[in-house]
Amino acid sequence: MSAAAEAPIVEVRGVSRRFEKKLDFVARLARRAGLPVRKEVVHAVDGVDLAIQRGEVVGLVGESGCGKSTLGRMVAGILPPSEGTILRQGCDLRSLGGSEARLAKLRTQMIFQDPYASLNPRRKVAEIVGEAPLYHGLVRRADLADYVDEQLRRAGLDPTLKGRYPHQFSGGQRQRIGIARALAVQPDMLVCDEAVAALDVSIQAQILNLFMKLRRELDLTYLFISHDLGVVEHLSDRVVIMYLGRVVEAAPSEEVFARPNHPYTQALLAEVPRIENRKRHFAGVQGEIPSPLNPPGGCHFHPRCPYALARCKVERPVLREIAPGHRSACHLNEAT
Amino acid sequence: MTAPTLELRDLRTHFATRGGVVKAVDGVSLRVDRGQVLGLVGESGSGKSVTGFSILGLVDPPGQVVGGQVLFQGQDLARLDEEAMRHLRGNRIAMIFQDPMMTLNPVLRIDTQMIETVLAHAPVSREEARQRARDALGQVGIAAPEERMRAYPHQFSGGMRQRVAIAIALLHKPDLIVADEPTTALDVTIQGQILAEAQKLCAEHGTALIWITHDLSVVAGLADRIAVMYAGRVVEEGPVEAVLDAPLHPYTVGLIGSVPSRNRRGAPLNQIPGMTPSMLNLPAGCAFAARCPRAAPGCSEPPPFVEFRPGRSARCIHPHAEGPPA
Amino acid sequence: MSAVLRPSAAPQVETPLRRFASQFAESRLALFGLAVFVVIVLAALFAPWIAPQNPYDLAQLDIMDGRLPPGSVGASGMVHWLGTDDQGRDMLSGILYGLRISLMVGAGSALVAALVGASLGMLAAYAGGRTDTLIMRLVDLQLSFPAILAALMILAFLGKGILNVVIALVVVEWAYYARTVRGSALVERRREYIEAAQCLALPTGRIIFRHLLPNVLPPLIVVGTMQVARAIALEATLSFLGLGVPITEPSLGLLIANGYEYMLSGKYWISFYPGIALLLTIVSINLVGDQLRDVINPRLQK
Repeated sequence: MSAAAEAPIVEVRGVSRRFEKKLDFVARLARRAGLPVRKEVVHAVDGVDLAIQRGEVVGLVGESGCGKSTLGRMVAGILPPSEGTILRQGCDLRSLGGSEARLAKLRTQMIFQDPYASLNPRRKVAEIVGEAPLYHGLVRRADLADYVDEQLRRAGLDPTLKGRYPHQFSGGQRQRIGIARALAVQPDMLVCDEAVAALDVSIQAQILNLFMKLRRELDLTYLFISHDLGVVEHLSDRVVIMYLGRVVEAAPSEEVFARPNHPYTQALLAEVPRIENRKRHFAGVQGEIPSPLNPPGGCHFHPRCPYALARCKVERPVLREIAPGHRSACHLNEAT
Repeated sequence: MTAPTLELRDLRTHFATRGGVVKAVDGVSLRVDRGQVLGLVGESGSGKSVTGFSILGLVDPPGQVVGGQVLFQGQDLARLDEEAMRHLRGNRIAMIFQDPMMTLNPVLRIDTQMIETVLAHAPVSREEARQRARDALGQVGIAAPEERMRAYPHQFSGGMRQRVAIAIALLHKPDLIVADEPTTALDVTIQGQILAEAQKLCAEHGTALIWITHDLSVVAGLADRIAVMYAGRVVEEGPVEAVLDAPLHPYTVGLIGSVPSRNRRGAPLNQIPGMTPSMLNLPAGCAFAARCPRAAPGCSEPPPFVEFRPGRSARCIHPHAEGPPA
Repeated sequence: MSAVLRPSAAPQVETPLRRFASQFAESRLALFGLAVFVVIVLAALFAPWIAPQNPYDLAQLDIMDGRLPPGSVGASGMVHWLGTDDQGRDMLSGILYGLRISLMVGAGSALVAALVGASLGMLAAYAGGRTDTLIMRLVDLQLSFPAILAALMILAFLGKGILNVVIALVVVEWAYYARTVRGSALVERRREYIEAAQCLALPTGRIIFRHLLPNVLPPLIVVGTMQVARAIALEATLSFLGLGVPITEPSLGLLIANGYEYMLSGKYWISFYPGIALLLTIVSINLVGDQLRDVINPRLQK
């Protein structure tokens, strides 16, 4: 692992992302006329702090509406934050210009969830993988064919297939193509957004093994976004748990699974089916996941929390360190 | 021993495609008893969903049930005409789909749909039907059902919709429910609620449940028996404990081994090499032979489905744990 | 312990085009339509060589040959298979030349309208906001006028002539393309392969033209096919009303108009055969267009 003095490879500071539905003409008129028309705002990500060290695998976990995909896209540079900064090795990318910004953006690549939508259906595999490195000058045209072969081989694909189109491959193979495409621009960090969720279990195992192999060989850092706790536990060094746009708990992998602190984490872990647990009695967490359009005040989880206090309804809990490396955002921790 | 609620005998469902005949279900035999939960496990292309559709007679052309029997309480559904089947569906047998919008009509309110369903099979008054619908919604944990019933499907979240779909399946207290990946698209905490409902159902009403999924962990927690499918055939069957703790078929072994929690943290997962064969191009003998670490020359013959112990079968000539059959 | 995966059963490189062609060929009706259309196009193309007579060469006409029924022999000894019109022009030749004009005007206007409409549609989809609103309201405005009315108004303003007809048709047609392309572009824009291209720091222009556009084209092709038929019909209508192409280069519509007054007096062939030719052209295009639409749609669901 890196020395404490080195800047984290990615640092997210106070980042928020809002999605607003702009009011149309009639709504604006109504508002002018004094009618109570509210703008619909979704706080997909709400004040998140996160630091990822070089070489780490950070698992980002949560259910629908938690904002993990949005956060992932901001880290990958596809989506700009509404508030806050994202530092890449201590440097804010927005302060860079032109080609510097471009090359910096290449350093973080993303693997997408849907193997059917993440590849351009009208391009051959060779073009899909080779387009960006050629454009950015990472490889000369004369060397392109060999370079593309190398990337495909590294992702576990037969290079002779590079003349084919995506629809001729299976889901697992398409994910490999996506991985080859990402690796072709020589990133040092990969954001995997539910990269194995759409795959069969046996193929999932293959792709996960590929991720681990690439991590060792290329010294990659991962932000691994998933809803599958089993996968996250296996792969990650650290786990970050999100609920409705906020981080509720962050700790090393063993810590989170052995000693979950936040009531939501506890509920999540209790509900996850495990192959070892036979004929168990399922209970479910009461209540619904609230709509991100209208989150509950104070701590977002309070309506479903078995231990909710009066304070939880009004005051947002702060992410505090409760044990070395283990942070949790819950008022109950301050009861002492 | 009472007759099983459902028994499949050598069921065959074939699809006539441009590239040839796809034997999506190729000689599947299963049974589910009253109040039992059978987990039907397989990956994509295994034929598990088509099996489910075949039971309910919902296979559309170019697919067709071409052979075998679907014995529901002794009656062969495969030989029934559409009218008779319609009386059974939604009434004595119900199906829950992965996408609740396959059950729900997006342009009708929930109460309209549910009342319609009740009235289709029971000669009761509208008021009585509404009451039953309310009760069913309450059963699946929807608070304030009277009010929520008046909404349209799109006003509900995915988890709620699935619960409404399950409530509709429950309306006539069916004897058999076939659930095709109902919780795959749902969040873990909502999945827990749905699984709890399913368990209650079997315990209280004696409903037989076939839970089709690719997720072994869900089956582990929910099912009494498990059947594993590969390339259109059942390759292993038995009680959940026995199959998961001491699997016989190499595919089952590989599948269980792929689950991350079965592997040491950080170590490479046990992976099954290769891919599922194309259904248009199945090998002559055992469909799994090409990927099997225990493959031998004898595997080029189709392996028979052998009962190694009472209630414990596998389609393999070199199974794990046991030696070859005596 | 090779992790390199063996390929699936596909024996050759199946380009999207090849797959599309084989799916298209599944409909015998569409193939028939395609065949008829190809014959029509070839006939129009080779008209100067296969027409028995050049109907616009006044020197070749003899008014004594006027209004001869089909199959009769003219003064010069030529057989008029489809009869002659009131000026003595051979109907078959007239139809062949008329097809040329009809197809040129129809296809030409459709092409230009496609270029204009598709560009505006893509712009609206990608830019969003006010630009999108402005363009879409223009589209709505355009589409709320009946096509004939709009074309007539434009021609009244511009005057007659082939070029003006093309301009009028373009103005009337561009809106369909714009709306179709915008819808398609809005969907494709959100897909993950576009996000991937953004992640790979490719410039916006490249993403729009090399990634977005090829995937937006399929619905455009369907619309384009149907629009060609529509343009041909529209042009025929305009010419029939006397506001279209000039009499020296008659299209099928004008030919029909010419013979209209004779319909009831028994000399049906002067209007009838050009009408049949027009019918065949439009129907064949529509058959092809229908199958195109059916083939393209399910694939878009993937």
